[in-house]
Amino acid sequence: MKVLKTFRGGVHPQDSKSYTRDKAIVEMPVPKKVVIPVSQHIGAPGIPVVKVGDDVKKGQLIAYNDTFITSSVHASTSGKVVDIGVYPSSYKNESLAIVIESDGLDEWAPGLPLHRDWESLDIKEIHQIVRDSGIVGLGGANFPSHIKISYGPEKKIDTFILNGAECEPYLNGDYRIMVEHTERLAAGVKIAMKSLNVKRGIVGIEDNKPEAVKAMTEALKGTDVQVVAVPTKYPQGAERMLIKVLAEREIPAGKRHSDIGVVGMNVCTIHSVANAVISGIPLIERVVTVAGDAVAEPMNVMVRIGTSFKDVIEFCGGLTKTPDKIINGGPMMGYAQGSMEVPVVKGVAGILAMTKEALCDGEEEACIRCGRCVEACPIGLIPSMLSILGERGRYEEAKEKFGILNCIECGSCSYVCPAKRNIVQYIRYLKNLNWEHSPHHK
Amino acid sequence: MSTQINAAETLLSVSTAPYIKSEDTVSKIMWKVNLALAPAAIFGVIYFGVPALINIVVSIIAAVAAEYAVQKIRKVRITAFDGSAFLTGLLLAMCISPEMPPYMTAIGSVIAIVIAKHSMGGLGQNIFNPAHIGRAALMVSWPIAMTTWSTIKTPVDAVTSATPLGILKLQGYSELLETFGGRSELYKALFLGMRNGSIGETCTVLLVLGGLFLVWKKIINWQIPVVMIATVGILTWVFGPEGFFTGDPVFHMMAGGLIIGAFFMATDMVTAPITKKGQIVFAIGAGMITSLIRLKGGYPEGVCYSILLMNCVTPLIDLVIKPRIYGTGR
Repeated sequence: MKVLKTFRGGVHPQDSKSYTRDKAIVEMPVPKKVVIPVSQHIGAPGIPVVKVGDDVKKGQLIAYNDTFITSSVHASTSGKVVDIGVYPSSYKNESLAIVIESDGLDEWAPGLPLHRDWESLDIKEIHQIVRDSGIVGLGGANFPSHIKISYGPEKKIDTFILNGAECEPYLNGDYRIMVEHTERLAAGVKIAMKSLNVKRGIVGIEDNKPEAVKAMTEALKGTDVQVVAVPTKYPQGAERMLIKVLAEREIPAGKRHSDIGVVGMNVCTIHSVANAVISGIPLIERVVTVAGDAVAEPMNVMVRIGTSFKDVIEFCGGLTKTPDKIINGGPMMGYAQGSMEVPVVKGVAGILAMTKEALCDGEEEACIRCGRCVEACPIGLIPSMLSILGERGRYEEAKEKFGILNCIECGSCSYVCPAKRNIVQYIRYLKNLNWEHSPHHK
Repeated sequence: MSTQINAAETLLSVSTAPYIKSEDTVSKIMWKVNLALAPAAIFGVIYFGVPALINIVVSIIAAVAAEYAVQKIRKVRITAFDGSAFLTGLLLAMCISPEMPPYMTAIGSVIAIVIAKHSMGGLGQNIFNPAHIGRAALMVSWPIAMTTWSTIKTPVDAVTSATPLGILKLQGYSELLETFGGRSELYKALFLGMRNGSIGETCTVLLVLGGLFLVWKKIINWQIPVVMIATVGILTWVFGPEGFFTGDPVFHMMAGGLIIGAFFMATDMVTAPITKKGQIVFAIGAGMITSLIRLKGGYPEGVCYSILLMNCVTPLIDLVIKPRIYGTGR
């Protein structure tokens, strides 16, 4: 077997996956009320196509936009629209949202679910289904999937990568999909490859998930898809890192993966694509890993979009300790939430409730130039310098001399810093200053 | 559940990811370096006696007290007890003669902390290694005290009050061998530390073990000590007293303050380059300057000045030598 070249840097945080690794996905009952934001994705927000007082069914389109870079939004259960207004959200702090009060029947929209023979569909039909189903990147990027999946011929795509690295600590959603819904996921890989018109497919899974490697290898036997166990190292699942390891190509600075002929998509995303294409089910639910030391019973839950974090945590037995932070996503790249009332949106892969003790956050000290961040940076930046420039607001220097715009904000630098410097925060601040001073702004 | 927490009453804090951090802290790093130095320092106390102990204690107390005072005056957070000032005091004491009058040691220690460290802005901001600045200040202020060594007996019962490098500089290589009773006796004395010199610099074996501990704990990179010591070895061998390739590299690598300097001073994170490649350049430069001073300079030893001189170049090295950024040519 070929020896994989790894990427530069990276860190090895405790993976904390054992809390939910072996727990099968549990379907959470539909809550009394769902708050569904019309903006859960990169691009234009959906425009509501229902009014207050309307009855809606599960899977019915409730927000739509005519532009290309957008994503549709569907009702995640049946019931009555009781409000359309601005609500706090786990994505972009707040959004216009459609509130549905469940009727408890959880009735499908007419004709759903259906069964399609995907092999008889043509490429254009697949693109349209993915678009109509409101699928976005579920690994946290929230980028509309119909755009990615239709890059094929015009961008000269030759390789499709299924990203099953799941390198964030605690999170097990992708893993559970790989071992529990292997066949569906494998079909999704084939659908994506057909849609992209590529022959070469690679599934990358971190080698701390041998069962997933085994299951996927079995399911894709006899196809052109190769299943590869990649070394467990954070941020292995970052697009740039995984593509470098699996396709041995680097994405040039300022370009996207599609510019070098590769499209990479996340496990949950492709699973949703398969559900949409084969069963006609739009993206109305997703698997969420609920964990952290403040949660009574950590588990992997299938949650309807729009369910509040609070409802999900209560389903997991509630809180046993007072959490300091409720995190949307993983501990390395997630987002701490200001309220537990925010809804689960498409991009929420995890809900972590963590106490102060588990966060081990110290007081920020002066940089001692130990160089650990330089060693850890997968991109090859000098994070220590960026943090010092951040303190002084010197955004131009950070951009011109230290390449700050290449930063992927993986957090490896802040993780290793013995002075507990919030390097990523400084970097985001400098990036914002650069944006505010750029000619494209306003 | 026994203790249910009411979600509505919970105040949540928000901040930027990542939310988990490695357990290492600046203070833990500093104490580990102190620990790594301890065996060689204890050896110095046993070998040179009470004056060495007094100097070590005075130096450390002066450094910590100076840091505490400066931070009080500057009205900044007190970090005097985080192990960093302790380390500066310990290192300075280990790099001076055991016969040094303690009040001079204390002055050197205060200079190291106040002038070299805090006048630059405190921890992490200084350009020069504080302990070495303290030593250099003492060297120019009291040159005689700084070069007055203990009187010790060598393996052949010769009484000497000079360091091996001093004998080499003033009397030559054959006299040096005679004093120690042969080459292997000389090497043994240097390896085990049975020779004249600064308090903590003599025992090669304990210093190397301490250094390896730091490499193992990933506090220092092996590149700096290995490259610096090798550079000195190669240059002193090539440019020997009897012509090319007649030098004694083994002697030079263990003599003077090279081992302590290469493992504990040149590796000072604050004042050495931040990239491994930069550190190699730094180490080569420090090794070259050390050799140059030893072979051609007026002083018998050049480790302290070589590291201070290379400290000046560190910002430049860091500006020129950077990692290649992903997706770019450079």
